[in-house]
Amino acid sequence: MATRHSRSAARIMMAPAVILLLGWMLVPLTMTLWFSFRKFLPLRGGDLGWAGLENYVRFVSSSSFWPSVQATLTIVGGVLVVTVILGVLLALLLDQPMWGQGMVRVLVIAPFFVMPTVSALVWKNMFMDPVNGILAHIWKFFGATPVEWLSQASMQSIILIVSWQWLPFATLILLTAVQSLDREQLEAAEMDGAPSLKRFWFIILPHLSRAITVVILIQTIFLLSIFAEIFVTTQGSFGTKTLTYLIFQRVLESQNVGLGSAGGVYAIILANIVALFLMRIVGRSLDA
Amino acid sequence: MARAVTSRRKALNTMIAWAVGLVIFFPILWTILTSFKSEAQAISDPPLFLFFDWTIENYGVVQDRSDYMRYLWNSVIIAGGSTLLGVVVAVPAAWSMAFVPSKRTKDILLWMLSTKMLPAVGVLYPIYLLFIELGLLDTRTGLVIVLMLINLPIIVWMLYTYFKEIPVDILEAARMDGATLRGEILHVLMPMAVPGIASTILLSLILAWNEAFWTLNLTAAKAGPLTAFIASYSSPEGLFFAKLSAASTMAIAPILILGWFSQKQLVRGLTFGAVK
Repeated sequence: MATRHSRSAARIMMAPAVILLLGWMLVPLTMTLWFSFRKFLPLRGGDLGWAGLENYVRFVSSSSFWPSVQATLTIVGGVLVVTVILGVLLALLLDQPMWGQGMVRVLVIAPFFVMPTVSALVWKNMFMDPVNGILAHIWKFFGATPVEWLSQASMQSIILIVSWQWLPFATLILLTAVQSLDREQLEAAEMDGAPSLKRFWFIILPHLSRAITVVILIQTIFLLSIFAEIFVTTQGSFGTKTLTYLIFQRVLESQNVGLGSAGGVYAIILANIVALFLMRIVGRSLDA
Repeated sequence: MARAVTSRRKALNTMIAWAVGLVIFFPILWTILTSFKSEAQAISDPPLFLFFDWTIENYGVVQDRSDYMRYLWNSVIIAGGSTLLGVVVAVPAAWSMAFVPSKRTKDILLWMLSTKMLPAVGVLYPIYLLFIELGLLDTRTGLVIVLMLINLPIIVWMLYTYFKEIPVDILEAARMDGATLRGEILHVLMPMAVPGIASTILLSLILAWNEAFWTLNLTAAKAGPLTAFIASYSSPEGLFFAKLSAASTMAIAPILILGWFSQKQLVRGLTFGAVK
């Protein structure tokens, strides 16, 4: 049993972390909320007083709002579909007996450790460049006209780059889940003559459902705020202006802080909806 | 009948897996190869794979022209400093939550996690403004603080899941033998916790090294780490594939190597213990 003495010691030991995070959360959040109700243009007169809900209304009624929501959802959805499907397949593949398994795993995981600015620039220039990129060479090899990836297929290009970065994450987590599968159950099903597709559908997939949910939720939270990949490739043009990028432009490029802050509040609400689901799952695993 | 894996099946698996692995790894491999080419050969048509005139000239040029070492040093200070600070703050917190849990422990853990969910862009301007007011804009100190704060929830969580696995009985026994709180931590807990702390440090270093929202928005020439260094290559003039590759290779090499050691910890750290 914990004594009262160790209880209060515990409280003191927890205090720095709690206080720091509380400050980190409350101070900027309060400021964002405050700015979102002000007409605040730092370079054009500063704080020009109370604006009521004007910023909130203007942010959603601006012509770039809905396209940005659409771009955000397309990127998040696209990357999720690609990484989850390929991740499951890769996890099952890597779980098979083979030679050099550790080495293959290292190759597959590597993209996760590449910083976002590097992967975006490498893809943009060395792969998607319409003249000298690898993809252009491949297209030419097959007699096709090279695609100007980042302008003609901007969305697909961003999804490809971001999926490449996140596939290792999905694979790694799903592989961990696959490895905890009950082998005897699978073998029993195999002996009973269940074909491999059925074994996948009725045994493996249900077993993976929790891991898949976790992958989807965590990736969604990170993907909602991808920034560097767009910053160094399209700068938000060609329909790739996500909500995050739009807010960034409002706040730092056009220095309309009130408007950007209202956008920030929307982004926070959106992220919190996703977070709520994730927290419920994580909370359940804490009880277990 | 025991299911024996035929070696033909194994050979097939091996072939498919290696092919897939190499395709996924190819962009990195290509970047490394290109970094050893001359600019002319870097864009040769058809592309040269291995048979080109290997040169390390690009690495020298990148260092001379853009002072790579300064950015590297900034990255080291920022990633290392934020990790160190984070661990110092998180170890006591995770220790107390794992060993002296109260009714609120779970709530506190979940609340900490929730601060990680806050989209950075939502608080971009307040942080920007605070940085200007406090003179932290474009300083390493400022980034150390911010990156420590954004990684703190993950550090606490990861340490918590490791500490949870240490058998409490041992602590009880030490307490019975009259160990003080300090002795308990120093001689009993720490030796068992060191592997967990090491993995946590590794993950935190990786995350801080690659962070590319705050590092891009809060730095300019002075305190910019490698993420910013690379971003400055996004609008180049003239021939630059080989130099871009050399710069990229230098930026990712340290963390790629660290990362390969930390595969297992990655799962634990990034899923908050929800997948084991």
